[in-house]
Amino acid sequence: MSEKKPALWLRIFSFLVYLYFYLPILILIVFSFNTQKLNVRWEGFTLKWYEVLFNDSNVMLATRNTLIIAFISTLVATVIGTMAALALQRYRFPGYTLIESILYIPVIIPEVVMGISLLAFFALIKFQLGLVTITISHIAFNIPFVTLVVRARLHGFDKSIEEASMDLGANELTTFWRVTLPTIMPGVLSGAMLAFTLSLDDYVITYFSAGPGATTLPLRVFSMVRFAVTPEVNALSTLWVLTVLVILLISQVVQKRQT
Amino acid sequence: MNKYKLFALGLTLSILLAACGGGGPASDNVLNLYAWSEYVPQQLLDNFTEQTGIEVNYDTYSSNEELMAKLQAGASGYDVVIPSDYTVTIMINQGLLEPLDKTQISNFSNIFDTLTGLSYDPQNDYTVPWQWGTSCLVVDTGKVTRPITKWADLWDPEFEGKVVLLDDEREVLGMVLSVLGYDKNSTDPQQLEEAKQKLLELMPNVKLFDSDSPKTALLAGEVWLGQTWNGEAALAHMENPDIQYIIPEEGCTVWYDNLAIPKDAPHYNAAMQFINFVLDPQESILITYEFPYSNPNRAALELLQTEDPQAYDAYMNFPATNPSADDMSRLKMIQDVGDATALWDRIWTEVKGGE
Amino acid sequence: MSTDKPELKRKHSLAHILRENSAVQGIALISPTAIYMLIFIVLPMILVAVLSFMSRGTYGNVVYEFNFQNYVRLVDPLYFRILLYSLGVGLATMVFTIMIGYPLAYFIARSPARKRSFYLFLILLPFWTNFIIRIYAWIMILRTQGLLNTVLLDLGLIQDPLEILYTPTAVLIGMVYEFLPFMVLPLYTSLEKIENAQMEAAADLGARPWKVFLRVTLPLSVPGMIAGSILVFIPAMGMFVVPDLMGGAKTVLVGNVIRNQFLTSRDWPFGAAASMLLMILTLAFTLYYTRKAGFGEELLV
Repeated sequence: MSEKKPALWLRIFSFLVYLYFYLPILILIVFSFNTQKLNVRWEGFTLKWYEVLFNDSNVMLATRNTLIIAFISTLVATVIGTMAALALQRYRFPGYTLIESILYIPVIIPEVVMGISLLAFFALIKFQLGLVTITISHIAFNIPFVTLVVRARLHGFDKSIEEASMDLGANELTTFWRVTLPTIMPGVLSGAMLAFTLSLDDYVITYFSAGPGATTLPLRVFSMVRFAVTPEVNALSTLWVLTVLVILLISQVVQKRQT
Repeated sequence: MNKYKLFALGLTLSILLAACGGGGPASDNVLNLYAWSEYVPQQLLDNFTEQTGIEVNYDTYSSNEELMAKLQAGASGYDVVIPSDYTVTIMINQGLLEPLDKTQISNFSNIFDTLTGLSYDPQNDYTVPWQWGTSCLVVDTGKVTRPITKWADLWDPEFEGKVVLLDDEREVLGMVLSVLGYDKNSTDPQQLEEAKQKLLELMPNVKLFDSDSPKTALLAGEVWLGQTWNGEAALAHMENPDIQYIIPEEGCTVWYDNLAIPKDAPHYNAAMQFINFVLDPQESILITYEFPYSNPNRAALELLQTEDPQAYDAYMNFPATNPSADDMSRLKMIQDVGDATALWDRIWTEVKGGE
Repeated sequence: MSTDKPELKRKHSLAHILRENSAVQGIALISPTAIYMLIFIVLPMILVAVLSFMSRGTYGNVVYEFNFQNYVRLVDPLYFRILLYSLGVGLATMVFTIMIGYPLAYFIARSPARKRSFYLFLILLPFWTNFIIRIYAWIMILRTQGLLNTVLLDLGLIQDPLEILYTPTAVLIGMVYEFLPFMVLPLYTSLEKIENAQMEAAADLGARPWKVFLRVTLPLSVPGMIAGSILVFIPAMGMFVVPDLMGGAKTVLVGNVIRNQFLTSRDWPFGAAASMLLMILTLAFTLYYTRKAGFGEELLV
């Protein structure tokens, strides 16, 4: 076994799993160039749907809303969810089990129920439905995902490093920024990425929290199903995937230069 | 931590870019329309804004029940909604709709007389017809060679694994009840039990239940025949002319979608203006050009006949958009079954979750 | 690295009270989440709990008369069977995501540090497309005249097209696909912290690779596996969109039953009762499972 590189069988296996991840995505990209509006079979090549996409102000607006909601809800959920993970994994306090249980509720409860309960709650307190209510709901279902993943990272965390840092004269804050956070960072990052992913694609809870003019992309696409999910949606996904991929590749290159 | 920073930077950038894309209409002069998606032509909305200066927010739902759930929970902020027939009954009974100010609907007389005063709203106090259609039998005649005329043909063993049904207990159990010669809105436990047994016999033939897009399985050749909406059938027919829409001997469902104003709509007057506006034949015709449903607007169809005879003929000669008088007599609306809903739900659950 | 900035030292005294009492520290850290969840999860769920003791009116409205009738209705072999079937779907999804996800998470954790986050993003990227078109893409791959059958037939590997779509196999393929990231990320999170040195030490002591794995790696990755299992098993059990779209909607799962009460039968009280019962059962199971596996065990020391 080589020291740096994983074993060959592991690399082959991982390659196959990535293939599994990207096979539907390739199909989806190919079909964004399909001339057939119903997008059931391949008919011919066209760039028409990209033009349609750029001229579709409704879809653009929905995309903007989706990104804003996903970004804000991920940020808030990651910060307070990480704090909660630290609290649950390291401290004992009154109401511990209760809070731990509450944190599992959004994972457990069917989306429809959570959606309707939030809708009823917003209606009860006369809170106008819109982007704000969607964001509030997304934060609520994102927190548990962040907390769980960060807790898994914190589990078995060697406290002696922190103690050593403090012994060297660093205060809690410095210790947290310089020692604790970098150590749990992979957990925080994983949690944040899961939260972002969930938020981008949520339909049910978003549906019930949405108000006039606050449409997100999943809402738009889901209601298109009955007529035809046109290749326009594929085109949008294609652009989005390619953009992120380019950013990722650039970051890889930049990092390589730095090291 | 550079990679994270770079990623965050990229993300922020893409959001800023997206944020420049445009802002929602902010004025008070708005109309919040809540409807099925792909159901209201953008051109019509643009014309409305041009004529009245009222901006339209067009949000979408994908089932009547989703609409009701949203309105039932409390003020939603919407001004115009498009519920179907049985939904109207429920919404009126629950006090979810605002009565229409009929003096403001001068174009109401454009509607076919036969399509006004329907049972769910006998005086049209709350609703005005928008579009209507049916959900009947669809057959791929390229695959099925023998003529299909009735629902009972679905039970033929030669169609094992070749049938698609709507994933909708009211449509499916209603169809089975009509095959048995019963009322499709039956609340009789005995009849429903019989329907359950009959449906279980059909299960080996059922490849899938799909309410969202039954045409997809049909066009892909996964199934040969089944149950679908007229709009779905029309779209499938355009792709593959072998796909035919049949109004079976036992009859099938007719549905009417209606414009209505929810209780406490924030922009009542704008809503009334909109309702009258869409009944204008010049505007109504836009719907028929874009979407393959049946238009209740007599004046609009007359206009289509003079302006575009070819489109008019296509509309009149296709059973999915224009059923014959004979066919019409066999169509029946779905009605709310009230307290028997629990029984229907249980039977449906038993059929699907049986073993 | 300058550790002692003067301005931070001044803040030192502010943290003094916090330092004294660890319970206060814990409460300070948990309170934003606790308050948020209290308002936006607990209060709405109390509404659901109240609703579960009401009954349905003729038009699907809620009749406010206290009764237990909904819970009585749930005691029924039909719903028990559906629960068992849903548990099976959740369990199968969980087992397969572990089998596929574990080696992948291990691969990423053992890759050079600068490549790790790239590999992770690569896993999530497919899920930033739209759910519906992702599932439609799978349908195009799996159907009788789809990509998979075309390729296999052309290669001569099969004589007749495989009928995968609208079968339990298709459901499993789709479920594992949709839930895999929720297993890989937590697993990676705990695998990544295992130092190479720990494994090398074991190897130096003469342990064979698989023994190193069993004795060192596997036990240390258990917390990640637990977190992943919770994030996969529970939502997979309640998931019904993938089974409906890829399995042909021929079965009923717990998720369908509850959804139908809200969006078909409009029997909100019964739906509320079913979800309360499901929530209590799942919560009890989750707490038991995590405690038993020692999630948060350092507290007890």
